[in-house]
Amino acid sequence: MPKRVDKIIMENSDVIIKHWLEIVSERRKNDYTSSISEELFQSTNREFVNVIFDSLETKGLTDELEAFSERLVNLGWPLSYLTDGLQTFRRVTIDFVLSQHDQIDTDFFSVILDRVDSWVDPIINKLVNEYSGNWEHTVSLQRVALQELSAPLIPVMRNITIMPLIGTIDTERAKLIMENLLDGVIKHNAEVVLIDITGVPVVDTMVAHHIIQAAEAVRLIGSTCILVGIRPEIAQTIVNLGIDLGKFPTKSSLRKGFETALELTGRTIHREKKKEKIVENIMASLEKE
Amino acid sequence: MDFKSCVNIRQEWDIVGARQLGREKAKELGFGTVDQARIATAISELARNIYLYAGTGKVRFEIVDQLDKKGLKIIAIDEGPGIRDVSQVMQDGYSTSGGLGAGLPGVKRLMDFFEIRTEWGEGTEIETIKWVR
Ligand SMILES: Nc1ncnc2c1ncn2[C@@H]1O[C@H](COP(=O)(O)OP(=O)(O)OP(=O)(O)O)[C@@H](O)[C@H]1O
Ligand SMILES: [Mg+2]
Repeated sequence: MPKRVDKIIMENSDVIIKHWLEIVSERRKNDYTSSISEELFQSTNREFVNVIFDSLETKGLTDELEAFSERLVNLGWPLSYLTDGLQTFRRVTIDFVLSQHDQIDTDFFSVILDRVDSWVDPIINKLVNEYSGNWEHTVSLQRVALQELSAPLIPVMRNITIMPLIGTIDTERAKLIMENLLDGVIKHNAEVVLIDITGVPVVDTMVAHHIIQAAEAVRLIGSTCILVGIRPEIAQTIVNLGIDLGKFPTKSSLRKGFETALELTGRTIHREKKKEKIVENIMASLEKE
Repeated sequence: MDFKSCVNIRQEWDIVGARQLGREKAKELGFGTVDQARIATAISELARNIYLYAGTGKVRFEIVDQLDKKGLKIIAIDEGPGIRDVSQVMQDGYSTSGGLGAGLPGVKRLMDFFEIRTEWGEGTEIETIKWVR
């Protein structure tokens, strides 16, 4: 009997395909794929339904299906396009087979369902796996990228290092900040480290606590930590919270902090009158090119 | 109440979600930058306490509109262990987690109204309001 079901389906594939295309196109009107051109949508539908039929013929997942799903993943089509499409396909096919018989006993009915399920379900599973694998991959890549960004250390000058912090600080990142800071101070032999919090949106007790601990640790290995980039509103909330940052130097801007760092490392800033000369040199060298 | 007025706290990043929603509401109400920062910080403290001490809970926002003033109400609710001695946790420096112990007294100073309702073993509900100046 399963053979008979397959035969009905294969012999009437054009009717089933036509019906399926109608439903899928109809549903599209209020749908997720609205940013995709009509032409691409229709050709993808046709390709999709052919791939489904191929997998029935060969009784298994085909290379075409694999290539097809991979391409849709890369193009960023929603998974629901594929799963909805397959559910619709299931229904259309079952409806069609049933409509070919006046009388259907329950045995035959369950054979039809089994047959269609055993065909459609593996395809759905395959696609869902393909998609979620891709998402997991993307998330893990972004995680790594984020980690690389999370606590950079820039040795600007001999003995002076800057750690610019941008974005939210969670527990994991706070740990990284501490590690990178201590590693960096030792590696670059920094006498002064500037932590710039201009880009940190909220400084709550947790963030403040971690900064205090980091500064304390830096002090213990014999260097100085200067906290810079404290925006006025952040200064206010820190005071409201009753947090004492008095134990280590703080400066409103990176520039002021850097000047302090220069002083601490025994340097002074000289503003020489050679500016014009420098500009002339630059202009001259540009003209040569 | 519109459904976008509540953030469930289940993981650490939900704290950021609560903060962002609160800041959005504060902006809509016309709070200045400093008060926005105060509100965001208060939400951060309350949400983190839920995450740390109760595990899960939620932060709800309400706009209070009275004849003479408008404000943002923040309610942090959990069914965690509750607080045994409220006056103790309101002391600066009291912490059971090795923190600064500045969160709750800090929130009280950051905001205009502050109230803790808690039952030992039942959970904690903290209500706090900031008025638009
Ligand atoms: N929702 C809560 N449920 C149960 N206990 C709580 C809750 N919130 C706070 N506590 C208790 O109150 C104490 C004080 O809280 P508070 O936020 O002031 O400081 P903290 O969280 O310990 O440190 P931090 O300065 O980082 O906030 C906590 O250590 C904890 O024992
Ligand atoms: Mg706290």
